[in-house]
Amino acid sequence: MIVSTLNIQAIRKDFPILQRTVNGKPLVYLDNAATSQTPRQVIDAIVDYYQNYNANIHRGVHSLSQEATDRYEQARVKIQSHFGAAKAHEIIFTSGTTHSINLVANGFTSILKAGDEIMVSAMEHHSNIVPWQMLCERTGAVLKVIPMNLEGELLMSDYHQMLSDKTKLVFCNHVSNALGTINPIREMIAAAHKFGAAVLIDGAQAAPHLKADMQALDVDFYTVSAHKMCGPTGVGALYGKEHWLKQLPPYQGGGEMIEEVTFERTTYAGLPHKFEAGTPNICGGIAFGAAIDYINSIGLEAISHYEHELLAYATEQLLAVEGLKIYGTARNKTSVISFNIAGIHPYDIGTILDKLGIAVRTGHHCAQPVMDFFKIPGTVRASFSFYNTREEVDVLVMGVRKAKQMLT
Amino acid sequence: MTIEEIQEEIVDEFAMFEDWMQRYEYMIELGKSLPLIEEQYKTGDNIIKGCQSKVWVHAELEDDKLIFTADSDAIITKGIIAILIRAFSNQKPQDIIDANTDFIDDIGLKEHLSPTRANGLVSMIKQLKLYAVAYQTQLN
Repeated sequence: MIVSTLNIQAIRKDFPILQRTVNGKPLVYLDNAATSQTPRQVIDAIVDYYQNYNANIHRGVHSLSQEATDRYEQARVKIQSHFGAAKAHEIIFTSGTTHSINLVANGFTSILKAGDEIMVSAMEHHSNIVPWQMLCERTGAVLKVIPMNLEGELLMSDYHQMLSDKTKLVFCNHVSNALGTINPIREMIAAAHKFGAAVLIDGAQAAPHLKADMQALDVDFYTVSAHKMCGPTGVGALYGKEHWLKQLPPYQGGGEMIEEVTFERTTYAGLPHKFEAGTPNICGGIAFGAAIDYINSIGLEAISHYEHELLAYATEQLLAVEGLKIYGTARNKTSVISFNIAGIHPYDIGTILDKLGIAVRTGHHCAQPVMDFFKIPGTVRASFSFYNTREEVDVLVMGVRKAKQMLT
Repeated sequence: MTIEEIQEEIVDEFAMFEDWMQRYEYMIELGKSLPLIEEQYKTGDNIIKGCQSKVWVHAELEDDKLIFTADSDAIITKGIIAILIRAFSNQKPQDIIDANTDFIDDIGLKEHLSPTRANGLVSMIKQLKLYAVAYQTQLN
């Protein structure tokens, strides 16, 4: 069995933060969908950069600059290979998923015209709604919403009917941050392509849990954030098919992204530098590469297998709490459980859990339309990673029972 | 009683508890007994924007004193509001303006006073004081 190959106690030792206490209790960190924790290997890469070869890249003649440039570009190749991109220059370093989405949305301003249609799913994060609304305001394009059912699954027959020659862009998350649903993106991409529409998949919540291969998916754009997959904050990547990236205009002007500048005219650098104006997050990019190495040293297949078991156990244990309702019950989901207890505000539950050393997220999870759909103000969200244990699930369930007893 | 005396009384009450759980249980009880705001005042205008729980506050001048009523959809937030209202309601606006709120710290609820905490408590104290300023101007 795959699970037996994962030594969770050894893995936990890689994460210094998991040794600390919160409010006098051992930390039980179940807010992994917001940000994942950072293993020693990634922290070491950050320290190594600043201690040994901190320099600006792509421009220095000196050795340190060359070393930093090599390591930064090696990280790009690691990301390319991990996500199965055809070419390294199809990987653009960004500050994260929100930046990536805005880069693409901005680029489509000159491509779309009034009356064109763009589609988003009903379970999007605000960062995958607002940039498209802004794009619609700029171009006169129309935003359409792919509906979902009460389990938190997209209604695919509706989606197929909504597609037409007017559809120019489709946006959807690979995995919903609020519900954990794994969306059938392969089918969605193939269907959109029949009408010549481009597809952007927000992979921020999927990348820590599943293998996503750009060429196999035939996706046009895919976005990830390092901090959700054991890397540092403030760095991420945008994958874009070469022909799209060539077509989109630069997002920001500045150093690094130019070929030649005169006061009359500037010609832009080729890919990927066209989209990487200014000094990038060099250390972040290199540490992102280290995070990918770390995840691959454990193996995404083993990770998703283990997390699936944890999800099944946590779901069963939580549902045994009377009055507890889980939102997002798709057959195909990652290790995220959004729940409420009848008559209790999620904020109250989160506050009590925090006093017990248990970190969960409460609120609308930046997905207000999802909360409106279920007619709730928010949920408590416990999201599990491969370094969480069954014992921690037990602590969570005990905490939830305690909170319920105190609050009713 | 002056605001300061009431605050001392609250601090004494909380000093009897041995741990956070008892303090929170007491606070939840206080929340349940909070004199609720009248439904007509639970409007968008009276809402204090905290990130996660909704808080409504209404103020009315009776003679020269300010009366606050409030509500929240989260019970712990409501408990904290109950404590604040006990300290600040039925007081003269100038006294409310001058009052400090260190007692929240003294009763072991410091964590709720962080300006970055998404419970609206800091905005709520600010709002109570703003009402006091507005009514004080009116009295002048």
